[in-house]
Amino acid sequence: MNMQDLLFLVPLLPLVSSIILLLLAGRLSPMLVAVFGVGSMALAAILTLLIGIEFLGMGGDSFQQVLFNWLPIAGAPLNFGLHLDQLSLVMMGVITGVGWMIHWYAAAYMFGDKDVQRFFVYMNLFVFAMLMLVLGDSLVLLYLGWEGVGLCSFLLIGFWQHKADNVVAAKKAFIVTRVGDTAMMIGLLILFSEFGSLHITTIVDSTVQVSQSNLWLACLLLVGGAVGKSAQLPLQTWLPDAMAGPTPVSALIHAATMVTAGVYLIARMHPLFLQVEGILNLVAWIGALTLVLAGVAALAQTDIKRILAYSTMSQIGYMFLGLGALAFDGAIFHLMTHAFFKALLFLTAGSIILKMHHQQDIFKMGGLFKSLPLTSTFLLIGLLALVAFPGSSGFFSKEAILAATYEAHTAGPTLWWIGVLGAFLTSLYSFRLLFIVCFGPANHDLKEADYKASSQLVVPLLPLVTLAVIGGFISLDFSLVFGPAHHPHIPLWIEWMPVAASLVGFILAWALYFPRKAMQANDGVISHFCRDGLGFDWLYEQIFTKPLQLFARINKSDVIDHFYHFVGWLNFSLNEVLVISQNGKLRWYLFGTLAGCALMLGGLLWWR
Amino acid sequence: MVALSFLIWLPLIFGVFAWISENKFKSSGNWITLISLSGLLIFSIYLGINGTSSLSWEWFARFNIHFALLFDGLALLLVILTIALAMLAVLVSWNDIEKHRGFFHFNLMFSVAGIIGVFLAADLFLFFLFWEVMLLPMTALILIWGHEGRRYAALKFFIFTQVSSLLMLVAIIALALYHQDQTGELSFNLGQLQQLVIPENMQFWLMLGFFIAFAVKLPMVPFHSWLPDAHTQAPTAGSVLLAGILLKTGAYGLIRIVLPLFPSATMEFAPVAVTLGVISIIYGALMAYSQTDFKRLVAYSSISHMGFVLLALFSWHEVALQGAILTIVAHGISSAALFSMAGLIQHRIHSRELGKMGGMWASAPKMATVTLIFVMAGIGMPGMANFNGELFTLLGSYQQFPVQTIVASLGIVLSAVYGLHLFQRAFQGPPNVDVVDLHMRELVFTSLLVVALIYFGLQPHIVLDLSSETISSLMQIAGEAHP
Repeated sequence: MNMQDLLFLVPLLPLVSSIILLLLAGRLSPMLVAVFGVGSMALAAILTLLIGIEFLGMGGDSFQQVLFNWLPIAGAPLNFGLHLDQLSLVMMGVITGVGWMIHWYAAAYMFGDKDVQRFFVYMNLFVFAMLMLVLGDSLVLLYLGWEGVGLCSFLLIGFWQHKADNVVAAKKAFIVTRVGDTAMMIGLLILFSEFGSLHITTIVDSTVQVSQSNLWLACLLLVGGAVGKSAQLPLQTWLPDAMAGPTPVSALIHAATMVTAGVYLIARMHPLFLQVEGILNLVAWIGALTLVLAGVAALAQTDIKRILAYSTMSQIGYMFLGLGALAFDGAIFHLMTHAFFKALLFLTAGSIILKMHHQQDIFKMGGLFKSLPLTSTFLLIGLLALVAFPGSSGFFSKEAILAATYEAHTAGPTLWWIGVLGAFLTSLYSFRLLFIVCFGPANHDLKEADYKASSQLVVPLLPLVTLAVIGGFISLDFSLVFGPAHHPHIPLWIEWMPVAASLVGFILAWALYFPRKAMQANDGVISHFCRDGLGFDWLYEQIFTKPLQLFARINKSDVIDHFYHFVGWLNFSLNEVLVISQNGKLRWYLFGTLAGCALMLGGLLWWR
Repeated sequence: MVALSFLIWLPLIFGVFAWISENKFKSSGNWITLISLSGLLIFSIYLGINGTSSLSWEWFARFNIHFALLFDGLALLLVILTIALAMLAVLVSWNDIEKHRGFFHFNLMFSVAGIIGVFLAADLFLFFLFWEVMLLPMTALILIWGHEGRRYAALKFFIFTQVSSLLMLVAIIALALYHQDQTGELSFNLGQLQQLVIPENMQFWLMLGFFIAFAVKLPMVPFHSWLPDAHTQAPTAGSVLLAGILLKTGAYGLIRIVLPLFPSATMEFAPVAVTLGVISIIYGALMAYSQTDFKRLVAYSSISHMGFVLLALFSWHEVALQGAILTIVAHGISSAALFSMAGLIQHRIHSRELGKMGGMWASAPKMATVTLIFVMAGIGMPGMANFNGELFTLLGSYQQFPVQTIVASLGIVLSAVYGLHLFQRAFQGPPNVDVVDLHMRELVFTSLLVVALIYFGLQPHIVLDLSSETISSLMQIAGEAHP
């Protein structure tokens, strides 16, 4: 039997587990919940591995699996079908592999929570939706996954829903990303009218002559969808608030998988982007601006998870830069290594938060190297990969992107310099985090005995640590999707410049943030401005939220209804006027009759 | 086929039977209504499964009026929807009705008979008759078993529908007279009238008469303002029938009468109608967000959704027409489902105000989960029925009216805004009120609704197969009107 024929099981397993957990809500012991929740992921990951081995062994030709007829669109019916190629295989590997580790960790992290079963319903459903996103063979199926992950993200951000703040953050994430989704939907409409189909391979392989301006617009709108999901400018505002969810959620959804969906979308549809002028250039600029902006914002944060959130935003900015610089393989490579080290970072942050009794403020930690040596070491390893320490996984992928940026005609040296600036910022905020959290005196009053360590919180981290270190040596072959790999020839100084920038960042961080005494957050105006995400929230509130709320307040009773009220009032008033005339007084009636006659006679004479 | 007319008589007879029985044996009415509706469901499927059937009896020979029925795929689809939602209406108000329980069941069955009549009528006079017949029991339902502002709402509902249907009556009579003028014989028969060649100018005015009647029912902005009041004040069963089916009779009229009878006037008028549809989508969604009353919010969201139907029908593109049919079915299920939830909540906390809810997930997780699924279906989550309708509508309409369709797409964002507003205010946040979770009966019918929404999301084939004949004949008419 071919393993590939079992492809449908990979998304099906988490879906079935999710449905079982939903239907048996409240009837399973926490242990059994973990068995279903994590077990389905383990099976899916192992199956992915087996399928991947067979797939690569057979040369990497793409493979289709039609499950059933889905949408009988007149003239262009769509199947519910899966499409496996080199790109979706890598994505599937990241989702199930990293996802498995995060689920495992989450089982321990959430063990005491009374709603742990609901948690795994959402988590498994999320994995299903994410797998549909990367395996779907049509843009509609991709959109199904796209909306599905959005829904799960919404549910998981607001998982602790008794807190009003979490609920607001969840709503914000859903609505802001849905703005992008709508752009994407309009893009689909244009693509359908141009190509007459929404099947991905049909569109990208199409030889039909299409209108360039429409294609340009469609690509722009797809980028709109991508920036929403991937938290890039100008739709980036939801991601930091999304940290309200449980930390494993942040690791899985808001670092490793869902937020990289935009990168996947552009990479998947890249043949379209190559046909039009200027859009890839725009993608590169979006990435570059976001990576700097997020890096600056990360510098001002005090909450450990928000630092990591801005860092994620910034790293996805690198991926967008890579996409814009035609380094599609480099972008996906960075997507993969980023999934390793950022998942690791979030999970270590989760361990720290748990052990600090849900304290997330880095200025209330301090000196953790002594009390939590293992966790701190993991944090260090993750951060080194993040700043692209030579030899670590992040080094290879970021290097690939920056080298391509320098050369590409859609990017160029200016964007490369911005990327280098980003490397400096990354290093600065990473070591700021490390120094403040792990060194210096302790800024909390927890005793040794308060630290509870669970081996289940450590074991799942080991594969991630390993991959964060050596993941850069995994060689990915995308030749059948993106064409033969392109190795840029650039001067040596350009290759080492980012490393030098990181080193400068490290030294500056040492000088500024290494705690010689108890540290305090900077409270200046600029710090506040950066901490609040550089004013975007304020701006959007003025432009969108407030007018909408104003409209809702003013027009709650529906202005159009007032017109009908007026008609009603007019009738009642006329009625009252006429009632006055019927007062039972004979002389009034007589007068009325005579006046009427006179009027009619007069009128008659007049007209004659 | 005589049996066809039983689809109309039977609900009436069983309605009377349930009325009498309820007065003799308490709560027997529920069972009689439910069982007879299930029988009727099976009967209608049995009749419809063998393809189109029809019936024509001479009625008022002098005016050439016939008791003519036509039962094709589309009619079967809508009759099934009607009966299924009527069953839901019974189930959801099982213990809700306190006074005149027998009469309540009679009215429910009476309106079912009227609605089925509208879907079956093949003679315009008969159509008009049933159009009026279904209005009476619905007004009674609102007036007798409604909430605090029921008198006002019932009156408003009655006047809006009545005035608009008078325009339709004028158009019907004019049409029949024109037929006499051309062929020497009065006719109210839809098939015969379709053969008429009507001059452009006259087509337009006749079309407008029908269009306004159907647009009020749909409802379309600016003729919508009866709907929020009627929905809010109606008892749950009334809201379910109103949102689920009654609004669809407006769309059905457009499909059956306006498009086939007046094709060139329709096409000429299309830019206006499509624009009004888009305005309905956006305005309905904005108004939905503005509401704090659970039922009012859902009512305005219905206006938004029916705007998609209007957009689709007047785009007159094959995919868009498919989208219209899918939306009719999907919205029938999802809005009825949401109104049921509103009813269940109101039964528990005696309020529809979102401000008095909040955090109900804590005490009623099953109810919360089910509502979440309904809301997500309503805001077009892919994999559920409503998404297919919206997708098809947008894909098709874009080919004809790109600008309007792009504006309509903004409804996707706005639907998320009001959908989350509804769900989060009611079920998330700090617990404000403790409610009893769904019990067995409620769980059964809400689960069935969930299954239906997901089933039609993944397998819309049956809906489109049943309506394919209607759609292809409409496309043929379009081809002839614009060769």
